[in-house]
This record gives sequence, C-alpha cells and structure tokens, in this order.
Amino acid sequence: MTNDGRTNANIAPRALSIGAALGRLAVIGAVMLGAAAVFAYTGGWLSPHRLTPDRMVAALSHRGGDPLGHRRNHAKGICFTGTFEANGAGARYSSAPMFAAGAYPVIGRFAIAVGDPNAADATGRVLSMAIRVAAPDGQEWRSGMNNSPVFVVATPRAFYELTVAQGIDPATGKANSAAIDHFFATHPDSRPFAEWAKTAPWTTSWADQTYNSLNAFWLVDSGGTGRLVRWSMQTALTPAFVAHDELAKRGPDFLEQDLKQRLAQGPLYWRFVVTLAKPGDPSNEATKAWPADREQIDLGNLVVAQAQNEADGPCRDYNYDPTILPAGISVSDDPLLAARSSSYARSFDLRAAEAADYPRAPKAAGDKSAGDKAAGDGR
Amino acid sequence: MSGGEKRFTPLQRTLHWLMAAMVVAMLFIGVGMVSTLHPKFLTLLSVHRPLGIAILVLAVFRLGVRLWRGAPPLPSDLPLWQAAAAKASHYLLYGLLIAMPLIGWSMLSAGGYPILLYGPIYLPKIAPHNDALYALLRSAHTWLAYLLFATVILHLGAALFHALIRRDGVFASMAPRRLKTSNRSVGRGSLP
Repeated sequence: MTNDGRTNANIAPRALSIGAALGRLAVIGAVMLGAAAVFAYTGGWLSPHRLTPDRMVAALSHRGGDPLGHRRNHAKGICFTGTFEANGAGARYSSAPMFAAGAYPVIGRFAIAVGDPNAADATGRVLSMAIRVAAPDGQEWRSGMNNSPVFVVATPRAFYELTVAQGIDPATGKANSAAIDHFFATHPDSRPFAEWAKTAPWTTSWADQTYNSLNAFWLVDSGGTGRLVRWSMQTALTPAFVAHDELAKRGPDFLEQDLKQRLAQGPLYWRFVVTLAKPGDPSNEATKAWPADREQIDLGNLVVAQAQNEADGPCRDYNYDPTILPAGISVSDDPLLAARSSSYARSFDLRAAEAADYPRAPKAAGDKSAGDKAAGDGR
Repeated sequence: MSGGEKRFTPLQRTLHWLMAAMVVAMLFIGVGMVSTLHPKFLTLLSVHRPLGIAILVLAVFRLGVRLWRGAPPLPSDLPLWQAAAAKASHYLLYGLLIAMPLIGWSMLSAGGYPILLYGPIYLPKIAPHNDALYALLRSAHTWLAYLLFATVILHLGAALFHALIRRDGVFASMAPRRLKTSNRSVGRGSLP
C-alpha cells in the first residue's frame, strides 16, 4: 500500500485473548473515568458543601430585588471620578507608584451594602466606597472600603452563613429576622460590628463618612521591608446624623441626590490615612479593631470631582477586587481577601453576561429613575 | 526494522511531555481556582497567568517544530475512522493550546483587569475594555477548557489503546524512552 501517509502493516503483535483485551479496555476506561472524576472533584461538583464562589454569590443574590446585571453585593451604587493626590509620604513605606508625590486618576463607586439594586437608601446600614487608582505605568490599586470600623465576620464561612440568614424567605417575602438574630447570637466575633450597627448614628450622605479597608495589607518599601497596615479614607466633613425613621421619609435615593447636590457645589475630599500595626495586632481578623493609639500617617487626599449614574458610568465595568494591587502593596493573610477576590470575580462574570438585564440607558441628566424608565421603554 | 525510526524526535517528545504536565496542571488549576474561596485562590491565580503564557509560547514553538519535523506515519492497518479521529483531535489540541491562553489574555483585557504576568511584568492589553466582549470570552474560556480536558482524556485513552491493545508502536513513538514491551512486539511483528 500506501500513498495515504500510513505505513505498511509491519507490526503484528501476538493477538490478545478476548478476555485480556476486555481487561485492558477496562483499565483504559478506569483511567479515563478516574481522571474525569478527579477533575470533577477539583471543580467542586462532587462536594455539595464546599464553599465555592458560585454558592457565595448565589446566596448574595437571594436578598431581595432582581440583581440580574448588577453587583451581587453592594448592589446599589453610583460612580464617581476624581484624583488621588499623593503627598509623597507614602514612598517611604511603599514602592507603589501612586504613593509617589503626584496626582493619579481615580474611577470609584459609592454604594450601600445591600443585595437589591433598587433598595431604599434607608435600608443600607453599611455605606461603602470603592476606588481604582491608576498609575502611569499601568499598575492599579483597587480597594473596597466600608464605613463600619470593623467587618461583620472574620471568615468566608461566617460571611456565607450570615448571607444565607439574610436571604428572603419566599413564603413571607422578607428576611427571617430570627435567623439573623441566631447568627449574631452564635458568632461572638461579630459583636463589635453588631454593636456599631445598633448604636452608630445614621447618615444622610456618602460624603460625611470615613471608609475603612477593614482587611489588613502589607506596605512594602523599595528595600523589601514590609509593614502591616489598615487604611482609611477619612472625611473632611462633620457628619450630619439623623434618626433612622427620619431617613425613611427622605425617599429611596437620598444618598444619590445628596452626592450630586454636593458635587454641584465643588469637589469632596477625603484624607488617605494608613494605620501601622504593632506586633500582636491581628492581620487576619477583620472583626477586631486595632488599638486607637496606633501610629497614623497621612499619605494624601482623595478628591471626588464628579458623579455618574452607574448604568452608563465609568465604574460599571470594573471589578473592585481588593487584591488588585500594585508592587509595594500586598495582601495579608486575612482569609477574607481571597474570598472577596474569588466572589467578586464570579459576580463580575455573572453581571457581564447579564448586561441586557441592566440597560446602559442614555438618560436625562442626573435623573436615575427617568433613565430606568427610558430603558424599560426600550429607548 | 527498529521502532526508533518511527519515533518523534527527542525535541518533540520533550515538548510533548513537558507540555502534557503543564496543560494538565493548568486545567486542574483553572477548574480548582474558580471553585474555591480559600486563600490558595490567589496563589493559583498568580500561577495560572504565567503558566498559560508559557503554554502559548511553547505551543507556537511546538507547532513550528511539528511542521518542520513532521510526525511518524500512523500504522496502515489503523481503521480509517481512527486515523481521521487522530488527525482531527490533534488539530483540536494544537488549536486549543494556542487559543486558550489568547482567550484568557483577551478576556482579562476586555474585563478591564491589569494583566500581571510575574513580578513587575505586566502584559499589554490586547482587547478593548468591553463588557459584552468580556462575557463572551469568559464563557468561551470555560467551555473550551472543558473541551480541552475532554480532548486530553480521549487522547490519553487513545494512547493507552495503542499501547495496551493495538500495541502498534504509536504509543512508543511518543514514549519518553523506548518501551520494552513495544520493542518486543515491534520485533516480532517485523519478522516477515
């Protein structure tokens, strides 16, 4: 034969008996199935109790409203743009390019920590600020910060349990407050947060709040020396606190209205302050505050210049993953950081695929509700 | 004849087994990292990117070597459908080994992510920051990874079929070193 590229039949091993051939086929099948099973195990398909980003994000998605197309946590928010003005003091502690004296563009987002993108602002106990600071060399520093002094849980597992407890009961259409009470009763770590949530005054503005990294990070200087830190964006304003029932009367979007009114008068400022840990301060327990006497260093200002509706705003298509860090900042051993990164990625993947459910409506200037209606009309 | 004449070149065999280890590791890292919240997520992610780029570089190089040095012919008594399946699966493997890293790289570009390769080295963005493009590439990265895994498993099954059942020298042609059993069977078979 053969001009079809195959050789002559010059190899004729002794034929296998039927039994031997079947045995060897069985071995081959077992190897293939075994490999597939190990793959499936690695992917979590054989472990219904493994805490996966899918399960975390699914739990976050069951806290009311229709989150399709939206972030699965901190679902209601607004974009902003501005500048991070580094005073240069950070260069001593970190080789991050945006800590060298200078001004760096920021795309950020204010939000409330809810699952429903149409929640009333008065339901948002925790307010948040996310930033993406870009350096000229392309490195980025992303951070998501909350206005609570500590985080509610220390571990991804506890966060999942809390999120499940906050889920909407289909029978009543409401969260089961007994489940939430049970969570706090059985999680003593969460008491500092619970105490803050119960006693801290409510605000009418994103602008007068201080936002905290909660998780710890390492600042690493050019010599390779690391310092454990937490950071904050400290407001320059005196908070205007109101009673909670007063807030409910203000309409569902008072935070957005307040922000736009303030920015119409001029930019808003936060001081960027880094707190240096002392030996023994926990790096992996975001539920615990560090002692108040820790050294704080002022590294510059965040200037928020403009706000944009999220639907077609510049923050929409960014994932504020707090592990996206430049050289000179690195993650600590706080287990929440990897869990945030993994879950945010899942949430980002979902909402990108669901973009049709959240139209990028061109909207009347500054009128979010009009924009949503316009989108609903298909315009 | 000796089995050695019908083997892939040492360079091709080295590339094959090196890349086999890398690709299998990559598939398991990929499917493992997207299903965990554990701190190892960040480690796996930081390995996934440079390993993928290394596979891309090696796959392009290997394709060149394959075009240059060719491959030993398949046995002439191999049923046509098996020969066709072998050919198609190799096109698919080469295509996926080159496409997957490029899709991953484009996907991160379209998602607006900085693409940290290793240490201080970032890759340039090769796609516009675009939500819809990201969604498409992200989904393609997952489904093509499953297709690649399935193809690798079939490739493994076919290799073992040649090694254990047909014993026709095909497995020996890519084996890291000459296999005793294959040589013996080749020797017997080559007696006219």
